[in-house]
Amino acid sequence: MAKENQPLKKPTLFFVNKDKEPLFSKKNRALLSDPMDDNNPITVQVLGICSALAITVQLKPAIVMSISVMAVMAASNVIISLLRNLIPNRIRIIVQLVVVAAMVVLVDQVLKAFAYDVYKELSIFIGLIITNCIVMGRLEAFALGNGVWKSFLDGIGNAAGYGFILIAVAFFRELLGSGKLMGYQVIPDAFYAMGYENNGLMLLSPMALITVGIFIWFQRSRNRKLIEKN
Amino acid sequence: MNRDSNAYTFLFAAVMVLVVASSLAFTATALKDKQNENVRKEKMQNILSTIGIQTDRDQAEELYNQYITQELALVADGSNDESVQAFKVELAIETKKPLEQQRFPLYVAEVEAEKFYIVPLRGAGLWDAIWGYVALEDDMNTIKGAVFDHKGETAGLGAEITQGWFQDRFVGEKIFNAEGELMGINVSKTNNDPSGLDKEDHEVDAISGATITGDGVTAMFSERLAHYTPYFKNNTPVEEAPLEEALEQASEETTIAYQN
Repeated sequence: MAKENQPLKKPTLFFVNKDKEPLFSKKNRALLSDPMDDNNPITVQVLGICSALAITVQLKPAIVMSISVMAVMAASNVIISLLRNLIPNRIRIIVQLVVVAAMVVLVDQVLKAFAYDVYKELSIFIGLIITNCIVMGRLEAFALGNGVWKSFLDGIGNAAGYGFILIAVAFFRELLGSGKLMGYQVIPDAFYAMGYENNGLMLLSPMALITVGIFIWFQRSRNRKLIEKN
Repeated sequence: MNRDSNAYTFLFAAVMVLVVASSLAFTATALKDKQNENVRKEKMQNILSTIGIQTDRDQAEELYNQYITQELALVADGSNDESVQAFKVELAIETKKPLEQQRFPLYVAEVEAEKFYIVPLRGAGLWDAIWGYVALEDDMNTIKGAVFDHKGETAGLGAEITQGWFQDRFVGEKIFNAEGELMGINVSKTNNDPSGLDKEDHEVDAISGATITGDGVTAMFSERLAHYTPYFKNNTPVEEAPLEEALEQASEETTIAYQN
């Protein structure tokens, strides 16, 4: 990106960079990387668990869901951030909700037109992005008080943190539950001939919770920042 | 303008609603054709899959035109209404009309000189509509295949009616009994034949936890098929002539049963 090292001339409507901060300064990079680990929406903040349980049976819907959430979060974060000085304080939650809902309906319609199979598989969960706590949480906690570019990064970062866990959980559930990945069989027939069986329990929601739990355990044992003092 | 004043709040809300509503309306209109096309092709896919032809959406139209030889819109007495395009009949709208104004779409397929009759189904599940297609072999009795779909049945329970393993249970079942009475297919919880070996019992094994959806499937079969009985009666192949009389009686009885 050529702009990266050029200081921006004047604060514009879209990039309010008062400190003439580069686009990918350390702080901005942290907006992307923090939600991946230290401040992961699922494993650390324990938000968005419902969809993490519901659509992680297979890898493909999990990937599409992650992309959809990313589109919705980035777009609604940007819109709320643009409007942050215009939104009347008393109805800000309603405004956030309307913006998120509008974005979700857009994603829903676009999927229905261009990815009909995925739409059929996900339709109810796409609607549920509206209620995904992560989206509203980031609008309220971040986009209302930060500039457009930062909000955009924050949206992408948090959606990536969410999607990363979603895809990882789906990977293990589809692999161990049905012996497939993306719908293709990966565990060779020879294994089944030797007595290997798919674990049907992996396909049920409780194992999603347990898988997420194992991730949290693994993450906390490695990341010192997350270890509680007492 | 004071951002906390009531006037500003109202103004903001009004403008927001206008902008959001018009942008959504624009998107919906712009994408409508493409979405309808998907729905149309999916319908073709579903119809084809009841006669054992699996296809992706791109090829659906071509294969549909190849295999489906006739589209009939039947009147309640079993005759064909030429003025109606059967494929365009929406059961959701049609079933709300009075019986004599309803048209009952029937698709006739020919695969390798074998004839199949495909009946669209529609009924109510637990939460919302359920629908599907059932294909009969040319004896107009034995089920060749069935597909189901639903709007909002419970995922993992009622929604399982869309799964192949459930739909396969219908294959080979008979909708008429030996006397030619319409039995439909009973999705049964007290089936003594869980592996579905008995194809004469007019029963398939239900899904645990999906009682109401299963009952909906049962009701959908007997209600919808009853309307086609007159047509089946008039068009039963000649070699099964003895069945005809029995069918005649049966159709009267089923019609009565339905009206009750």
